[in-house]
Amino acid sequence: MKLEIGNIFVKDVRFGERTEVKDNIVYINKAELLDAIADKRLHYRDIHIVRPGESVRLCPVKDVLEPRVKVEGPGNVFPGILGASTIVGQGRTHVLKGMAVITVGHIVGFQEGIIDMTGPGAEYTPFSQTINLVIDCEKAGDINQHEHEEAVRLAGLKATRYVAEAARDVVPDEIITYETKPIPQQFDEYPDLPKVAYVYMLQSQGLLHDTYVYGVDAKKILPTFMFPTEVMDGAIVSGNCVSACDKNTTYHHLNNPIIHDLYEHHGKDLNFIGVVITNENVTLADKVRSSDFCAKLVQYLGVDGVIINEEGFGNPDTDLIMNCKKIENLGIKTVLITDEYAGRDGASQSLADADKLADAVVSVGNANQLIVLPPMDKVIGFDEAANVIAGGFANSKKEDGSVEVEIQSIIGATNELGFNRMGAIGK
Amino acid sequence: MATVKAVHYINQFFGQIGGEEKADIKPFKQDGPVGPGTALQKAFGSEIEIVGTIICGDTYFNENIEKATQEILDLISGYKPQILIAGPAFNAGRYGMACGAVCAAVAERFSIPVITGMYEENPGADLYRKQVYIVKTGNSAAKMREAISAMSKLALKLARGEELGTPEEEGYLEKGIRVNIVHKERGSARAVEMLIKKLKGEPYQTEYPMPSFSRVTPRPPIKDLKHAKIALVTSGGIVPKGNPDRIEASSATHFGRYDITGIEDLTPETFQTAHGGYDPVYANQDPDRVLPVDVMRQLEKEGIIGSLHNIYYATVGNGTSVANAQKYAHAIGLELAKENIDGIILTST
Repeated sequence: MKLEIGNIFVKDVRFGERTEVKDNIVYINKAELLDAIADKRLHYRDIHIVRPGESVRLCPVKDVLEPRVKVEGPGNVFPGILGASTIVGQGRTHVLKGMAVITVGHIVGFQEGIIDMTGPGAEYTPFSQTINLVIDCEKAGDINQHEHEEAVRLAGLKATRYVAEAARDVVPDEIITYETKPIPQQFDEYPDLPKVAYVYMLQSQGLLHDTYVYGVDAKKILPTFMFPTEVMDGAIVSGNCVSACDKNTTYHHLNNPIIHDLYEHHGKDLNFIGVVITNENVTLADKVRSSDFCAKLVQYLGVDGVIINEEGFGNPDTDLIMNCKKIENLGIKTVLITDEYAGRDGASQSLADADKLADAVVSVGNANQLIVLPPMDKVIGFDEAANVIAGGFANSKKEDGSVEVEIQSIIGATNELGFNRMGAIGK
Repeated sequence: MATVKAVHYINQFFGQIGGEEKADIKPFKQDGPVGPGTALQKAFGSEIEIVGTIICGDTYFNENIEKATQEILDLISGYKPQILIAGPAFNAGRYGMACGAVCAAVAERFSIPVITGMYEENPGADLYRKQVYIVKTGNSAAKMREAISAMSKLALKLARGEELGTPEEEGYLEKGIRVNIVHKERGSARAVEMLIKKLKGEPYQTEYPMPSFSRVTPRPPIKDLKHAKIALVTSGGIVPKGNPDRIEASSATHFGRYDITGIEDLTPETFQTAHGGYDPVYANQDPDRVLPVDVMRQLEKEGIIGSLHNIYYATVGNGTSVANAQKYAHAIGLELAKENIDGIILTST
């Protein structure tokens, strides 16, 4: 399966009369966009454009997305949710690189987060570096949290689709080709290189902690194979409100850095065979079954090593360690990526489960570290949410508008796909 | 820059009193540097001045730890030091224990930086590395020069209040404190590099060495349930409506104790969850789903259990560090032990 990613480097995003991309500037017709995302369950307070360096705080943020449109090949981006569940991952996809669509508004669950566009908090989130189209919405009428989550999730996806459509006929600034072949050909292509797969753990602890695969709730799947390029076309969508720091937003899925870095080394010092997706369900029986199936699929692929990432923390530490143990016991080498909850003083043990076979771990940081986020000139959303979101506490929000929280509350701060350069070390 | 005042702790041997035959001497002080202290002083230049040296026999210290520590603290306090240096003890076990204990006691009493040096396998290293900066040294005094050089460098940094680099860079034994830093490469790239090395059989370094977990042995079963007093404790965050103690949705800093005298059933009007790690809808609809008060009351009425304790304890397990969880468990356990509880039902989420 071969996919061309055509990146269009976005210089700015502005409101305009027509929605279009001209000279690398994205113009958006606000009224049309509002029509495209109309939902009787939601009331749109406003749509904003915020840029790196501006004194703006977004809180609470639910999801972050990236506009992508399928211009050649079957299916459309976000298959199974927007449109049919046609298999994606081949042909060509255009990307508006450098911008993001962000959903903000009334809190859905405790575990939404903060994005600061400037100041110390900005250094912890990649989305202080993107030009953001921010959808600020609240629920209209009496809907429960599950409906609220779904409505906001769909609003983000539809807004992203609407904006991305403008990139369809634009000539990209760069085209990058990714290709993964059927297993026998892929083996033959680099017979001397170690064969590597990627075990992609998806948050599926329950409603508000869900991930969707071609529209299917990931807690209802058995582990399965995927071509890496399917992910780049939106086969995996975030539906979760798990802690802001280590939930994979849809943007993270689309730009999965493990997939990118494995492709980077593909044909040089490893042979990247493919992806096994698995879930993180809450019952022991599910955990045992999924990790058994996951290890079996890795064995079936005939690879020498895998990278496994966790999403979330605590309960899924168990899934991470089960996957590691079962795969290592098959003689297949593992490297794990996780974040840590070592306490605010960093003195506690960091994980809820451990095993000596987990001898190669990348740490993406201690999420309990405290930070004071200074007041911003403008707040989009409801920053009182800082008092109740995961990583916040009573009086997190101070009278002067500053916010004291654990970095757990910052979107993507300890992303376990390894999106950032931060990590925790022992001192 | 003002000179920082230091006190140096050494044993009878390095204090030039004598060997094993003098190991039972009580601690005493001597103004200025002695023995290895003179080399340290030379390395310090004018930035740090060793104003006094405490000398104590290793046997005396180890056989009278509490008393000796107190005597040493009293001797040190007269000097009003701003930093304490002990050893280096190399692989001398009793000397290492004394250096570690003195450093830990001084840090606690005077809140000043403390530093010692020893060989990694010295039993004192294992015991005190979490509390004290222990510079890695060779295993005997033949490595004195290297030890003095490394210890003096770290002491100067601590005296200046400079930020320390990694344990490898600074040459001390890791204290086990997890600190966030920014690496050159993003996490995914580090993972790929690590996997390539692991596949090739080349050395690599894990970024998180796995801890060894403490396991709890289950208690023997309750013999007489009909007369047993049972308590409920939850990490599922069930609290009275409005969360009066403001228990955090994640990384709880405390636990709450709540009276359920006369309460037969937890209702959405009276109780809720404060937990941010799971879907709260079902717990808020019926908080008994997480804290089964209704069922326990029923068992109480049917005489299957003796009674339900009228206080329950709640915290939020989500993101709460293991160290804090152990602390709350200990405090709750002590309170319940006073109430003659026969059994506890622990519920999570």
